[in-house]
Amino acid sequence: MCIECGCGSDQVRIDEQAHDCGSRRVSVERDLLAENNRYAEANRRRLLQNNTLALNLLSSPGSGKTTLLTRTLAELKQSLPMAVIEGDQQTANDAERIRATGVQAVQINTGKGCHLDAHMVGHALEKLPGLDNGVLFIENVGNLVCPASFDLGEARKVVILSVTEGEDKPLKYPDMFHAADVMLLNKIDLLPYIDFDVDQCIEYARRINSEIEMLQLSATRGDGLDVWYDWINRQREILLSVSVGANLAEPA
Amino acid sequence: MHEISLCRSLLSIIEEQAQSNSFERVNKVFLEVGALASVELDALRFGFAAVMKESIAEGAALEIIEIPGRARCGQCDNEVTLQQRFAACPVCGAVALQLEQGDELRIRELEVE
Repeated sequence: MCIECGCGSDQVRIDEQAHDCGSRRVSVERDLLAENNRYAEANRRRLLQNNTLALNLLSSPGSGKTTLLTRTLAELKQSLPMAVIEGDQQTANDAERIRATGVQAVQINTGKGCHLDAHMVGHALEKLPGLDNGVLFIENVGNLVCPASFDLGEARKVVILSVTEGEDKPLKYPDMFHAADVMLLNKIDLLPYIDFDVDQCIEYARRINSEIEMLQLSATRGDGLDVWYDWINRQREILLSVSVGANLAEPA
Repeated sequence: MHEISLCRSLLSIIEEQAQSNSFERVNKVFLEVGALASVELDALRFGFAAVMKESIAEGAALEIIEIPGRARCGQCDNEVTLQQRFAACPVCGAVALQLEQGDELRIRELEVE
């Protein structure tokens, strides 16, 4: 009897293409992430057309992402068009915190999902106004594992690590720190009270990703925020030079 | 548990293939999974059974073909086996390994009827 499907007792054939039970093989050779990547590229094109810098904010729960974001929005909203896509498994609490700053926010509740994907972000983009020369913040679900694998079409991945989490997080969650373009070390106002070796943490992160940029800040006390705002503006300038090049290269 | 969403992508590829290759039933799915693809195989098997329910692949067997991690060192040019993605070269110690295989997450083929 065929051990593959239980067909026939004496007709087992090795040739799998002509397996003797009406079944056949179909060659597929398709990447499981290809569909997500296709949506991500569509998002990226759309954002680039509006000269919008999209930043994917990634961290564990409780790292201070939303606090950093609300303060950033409050301090930059006079000078910069901005919007937020907020990802959480449940509740619209964070989107409400964002909207309290006067900046438009779209909440995505992923339900059981542990990460945002490019398809969800594409639909959220439809609900937002075009941000010409502005910044779109995408606050991903608090999770240092799964969101690393899903491109959303962002220009940069920003990983936020707070000093209360321990300095070895980059070694424990290497995929995330490898994927990130910049690491924000948050809550540095707490350093006098806890055992956290900043240099060691930076060394661990660079071991995983030698190119990663490193900023230290406190979103509540305000340390380092000017450097963070400079970083955002620098990325906008880089994006602008790329998008001018892309528009010129586009066939008429 | 991003394995669940990977299984959803798997199902949508299967359904697309069912249209283009005219089949009505999937008996077996051959999936290549790299050792460094950040996928938990138990979670993948669990997610597969759950996601395929009430689809043309309900009850299908999942055959996982594990692909070991291989890399070439940019410093000493040795080809090495990798257990961890961001390791230093075990031969010369340089952090200069270029991944050659091991991050696959690809449907190879389907057994259908």
